[in-house]
Amino acid sequence: MSSSSSIPGPHNITRVELDNGIVVLVYENFAAQSVVIGGSIEAGSIYESPAKSGTASMTAASLMRGTQNRDFDAIHSALEDIGADLDVGAGVHTTGFNGKALAEDLPVLIDLLADVLRYPVFPAQQVERLRGEILTGLQYRMQDTRYRANRAFRENLYPESHPYHFSTRGTLETIPGITVDDLKAFQQKHYGPRDMVITIVGAVKAQDAVNIVKARLGDWQNPQQPAKAVLPDIKQVEETRRIAVNVPGKTQSDVVMGVLGPSRFEPDYRAAQMVNSVLGQFGMMGRIGDEVRERLGLAYYAYSSIEGGLGPGAWSVNAGVNPANVQLAIESVVKEIQRITTEEVTDEDIEDNKSYFTGHLPLQLESNEGIAASILNMETYQLGLDNLLKYADEVNALTKADLLKAIQKYWNPDAFVVAVAGPEQQQ
Amino acid sequence: MAGVTRHQLDNGLTVLLKEQHSAPVVSWWLLYRIGSRNERTGQTGISHWVEHMMFKGTPTFPPGLLDRQISKEGGNWNAQTSMDYTAYYETMPADRIDLGLRLEADRMVNTIFDPEEVESERTVIISERQGSENSPMFWLGEEVRAAAFRVHGYHHEIIGDMTDLETMTRDDLYGHYRANYMPNNAIAVAVGDFQTGDMLKRITELYGVIPAGTKAEAFVRPEPPQNGERRVMVERPGSTQFLEVAYHAPAAIDDDWFKLAILNSVLTGPSGLGGGSIDNKTSRLYKALVETELAVDIDGGLLPSIDPYLYDFVATVRDGRTIAEVEAALDAQLDKVLNDNITQKELDKARKQARALFAYSTERVTAQAFWLAFAENFHSYEWFEDYIARLEAVTIADVRDVAQKYLRPQNRTVGWFIPTTPDGGEQYEEDEE
Repeated sequence: MSSSSSIPGPHNITRVELDNGIVVLVYENFAAQSVVIGGSIEAGSIYESPAKSGTASMTAASLMRGTQNRDFDAIHSALEDIGADLDVGAGVHTTGFNGKALAEDLPVLIDLLADVLRYPVFPAQQVERLRGEILTGLQYRMQDTRYRANRAFRENLYPESHPYHFSTRGTLETIPGITVDDLKAFQQKHYGPRDMVITIVGAVKAQDAVNIVKARLGDWQNPQQPAKAVLPDIKQVEETRRIAVNVPGKTQSDVVMGVLGPSRFEPDYRAAQMVNSVLGQFGMMGRIGDEVRERLGLAYYAYSSIEGGLGPGAWSVNAGVNPANVQLAIESVVKEIQRITTEEVTDEDIEDNKSYFTGHLPLQLESNEGIAASILNMETYQLGLDNLLKYADEVNALTKADLLKAIQKYWNPDAFVVAVAGPEQQQ
Repeated sequence: MAGVTRHQLDNGLTVLLKEQHSAPVVSWWLLYRIGSRNERTGQTGISHWVEHMMFKGTPTFPPGLLDRQISKEGGNWNAQTSMDYTAYYETMPADRIDLGLRLEADRMVNTIFDPEEVESERTVIISERQGSENSPMFWLGEEVRAAAFRVHGYHHEIIGDMTDLETMTRDDLYGHYRANYMPNNAIAVAVGDFQTGDMLKRITELYGVIPAGTKAEAFVRPEPPQNGERRVMVERPGSTQFLEVAYHAPAAIDDDWFKLAILNSVLTGPSGLGGGSIDNKTSRLYKALVETELAVDIDGGLLPSIDPYLYDFVATVRDGRTIAEVEAALDAQLDKVLNDNITQKELDKARKQARALFAYSTERVTAQAFWLAFAENFHSYEWFEDYIARLEAVTIADVRDVAQKYLRPQNRTVGWFIPTTPDGGEQYEEDEE
């Protein structure tokens, strides 16, 4: 029970590739009563034009508004009557889905998933209703300092020629111009079985789960599916740029500062992840938390994060501070960046973080959701299904020099983007 | 949820233990029977601030060492201050939970409250409040509960009023700590991969030596009955209108609470115990407010609480519609549950949803341990064990009875968030200084 035999690996994950390309991964867990599903199809915002920004997201949000087999009410009754849940949403690269149900209801969940992915009809009235909901949501976000700081940060870190420049949600300008035909065309072209992954974890027999997926999705074909999109090359930030967004009536400013970070495929990803932990995660949010929150008392939250992912996601520092303290908070963070890019971390830092990375694994794998996310990661980033079994060795092999090299490769204390959103800056 | 055992140490500490061997993890909780409901004017927010100070170190675990130790062992830890309690937990790999046990025993009595740390935490807490103030819903919620409770401590936010955060002293905080942090005012819970006998022995070693304290009578002022509807308007910069309608509701031990929970499931969709929620697109109010394009979402909130709290509805008004329109449509739906029975199908659905959500929200040991401590605080852990059975016992007639008893205009507070026209919002590049 407490041994490595329960860690998800090739010995207990059933991996089946269907004839049409769908990869099905199942992990049996009879300790729980529920089952969760998670996965993705190759249909993110990377496939939409900037003028129609938000198309992938609006397509995904429209799926559950009506299919050839069920109307809005029938779809949601099928789920809610049994206490099940299913969400589909677009990211930059893929459109992802997540669902959960009591284990006996897995067939209902997969049946609905297949129906909404394959047979959506985009009823005009439902799409208009959704459009209004999206626009009200975007207007609200325009007043949200965290959202505005993040948007300004990304718009300045990535040029307009790069898909990461744009929000997957679209904008107040683009959403009104997306038509039902745009949504239909997007779904017809991009939704398909090739590169689709589905993970199932819970109180179900692996073979039964595979059979359910095969029955509902095994005959899906889409010859139109284009080749996987390739990201354009992008240059690291060369000088510090500071962007301010004035949001009146607010009492706190949100700050995002950062650079281009590694993708999950970079060989130094794990080293970067660990040095990021030292910088702004470990304990009460690492060195940045110690300095900005604990010592100076400037912020309620202050941390750093590294996105990884399929492309050069951001490596950023985030903080919420009193408008009067913005400059001091930024300077304190820069000082920590200077230190961590010039001096190796201490022996204690690296040993503590190795212990943290390896020791934390049982907690990540406690729930069906946690297991499903780990399996999906291994598949998406082609890490191999034995990745978790090798994880401790990979972590323990890291050296202080590896960590220094990793942060020096991405971070330069004199060249980053910093975005601040809040009330008019006090001088 | 079978398998819970209850123990009481000689010093009054209540201990609940439940073995669960599905994953090599243990969650350890210490809940103190003190929360924002017990705070006096001038000291609002003190429970929450003390919670922050509990992370500032003891002589054994000096500042900065605590969090490093927990992280190093691969654990999660955190704390929460509620209206009814202040609670701390560590969830750790099973073979390392001893650190959590030692740490909580130590900081129950030895937390330092260094004056400099108090001052630095003052600005952190003010910043936490300012972060909340950036959200229109915070302002609306604060005004609605202040109007709904004139006397009872539920009238102020857990974070506290700004003026109190600016003026409370180190001695106020330390006094609150000494008066409330003691074994006979605490509930300890472990759930996970351990042997009950061994665990109880270790808990007794570490906590049995802490002397019982003198427990002061908790400060609680009952809320007098409300005589007529109350209305509050909040006007602030923003772009979106919100409506909140809050009715006085029964305490969690009351059978009426479970009847209202079923009614809430019918009106706004089910809410689980913490962990899981699902969509509410087939609920009555979603159909009446969102499908009619008056609102973009609707939520219902019914918190289990020690004293009678609130059952509230919160709607985000769709751009181009008015708050008055949403309020009228909400009232029309509430009239229906006052005048007509819900259907058997609605009742069956609410029951099945409750079973599913209960399963989702109790799969992690952290959530199980929390709910055991939570229920023990206001009654007994059996409240949690009996949760599904009590929901299943609710009848169609019960639901109508509680609708008529609680959803009366005289029993409610209506709040409007009215955005004043925002200006600014532009993005500009600043020159380097």
